[in-house]
Amino acid sequence: MARAATTADAFNAVAEPRRRQILDALAGGERPVNDLVALLGLAQPQVSKHLRVLREVGAVDVRDEGRQRLYRLNGHALKPIHDWVSNYERFWSERFDQLDVVLEDLKRKEQGDDGNDE
Amino acid sequence: MTSSASATVTLPTDEQILITREFDAPKHLVYKAWTTPELVKRWWSGHRGEMTIAEIDLRVGGTWRYVMVAKGGFEVAFHGEYSEIVPNERIVTTEVYEGMPEGEVPEAQAPLNIVTFTEADGRTTLTLLVQTTSKELRDVIINSGMEVGMQEQMDRLEQIAISLR
Repeated sequence: MARAATTADAFNAVAEPRRRQILDALAGGERPVNDLVALLGLAQPQVSKHLRVLREVGAVDVRDEGRQRLYRLNGHALKPIHDWVSNYERFWSERFDQLDVVLEDLKRKEQGDDGNDE
Repeated sequence: MTSSASATVTLPTDEQILITREFDAPKHLVYKAWTTPELVKRWWSGHRGEMTIAEIDLRVGGTWRYVMVAKGGFEVAFHGEYSEIVPNERIVTTEVYEGMPEGEVPEAQAPLNIVTFTEADGRTTLTLLVQTTSKELRDVIINSGMEVGMQEQMDRLEQIAISLR
């Protein structure tokens, strides 16, 4: 139960488009807040709010270096989401690969000798 | 084998799941493969089993029901009702999973599947937007997805085990 709740929380935190932008930016490496502010074109308080949500679910870690606060991805917390999306994606890819085969048949029938079939 | 593209899955909002895929075929054929029972039977189960039932009453207010027997021998069944149909363009339907451990979701709260077919240069982009009625429901779908994934991994493990004999 506790595990499911964690998963859901991380999902909810990550589902927000701005927060996903932040995660994308951090995928390239550790960054100071100012970088993220510039990148997203949002006001600093908004960016900080998003970062707080991400920190609460453990999606990002923070450390101070001199006067800078540096944020980085915490891949471990994101793993349940990554795993699920990959599973789901794989399932649909399987279906669609089969659908490709059906479509090839339909295309052949349509282009070819229509008189023969049916 | 022409591998058109892989499916991409994104989570646009807390209540949504979006699946996108491009096909190397015009949209009227993709639509046909999506809505014709004997064709659906050929692709819907992926590599995970055999589809035993594909019933489609393609009209607003009409219902559909898909049943597949997975490789482990258990049945997986879904049904729903069409609320919008624009031939070759768009289909809106509810989707109810019949095996929900917590019992079925009431029809009024069932997730909506919104499918669109867009053609450009003879190729079709299909989008399937799963619009749930709450974050909680989306998370349930997410978790059942993980279970299916687990099952799949078990199957694969079994295959590997057999191949090692």
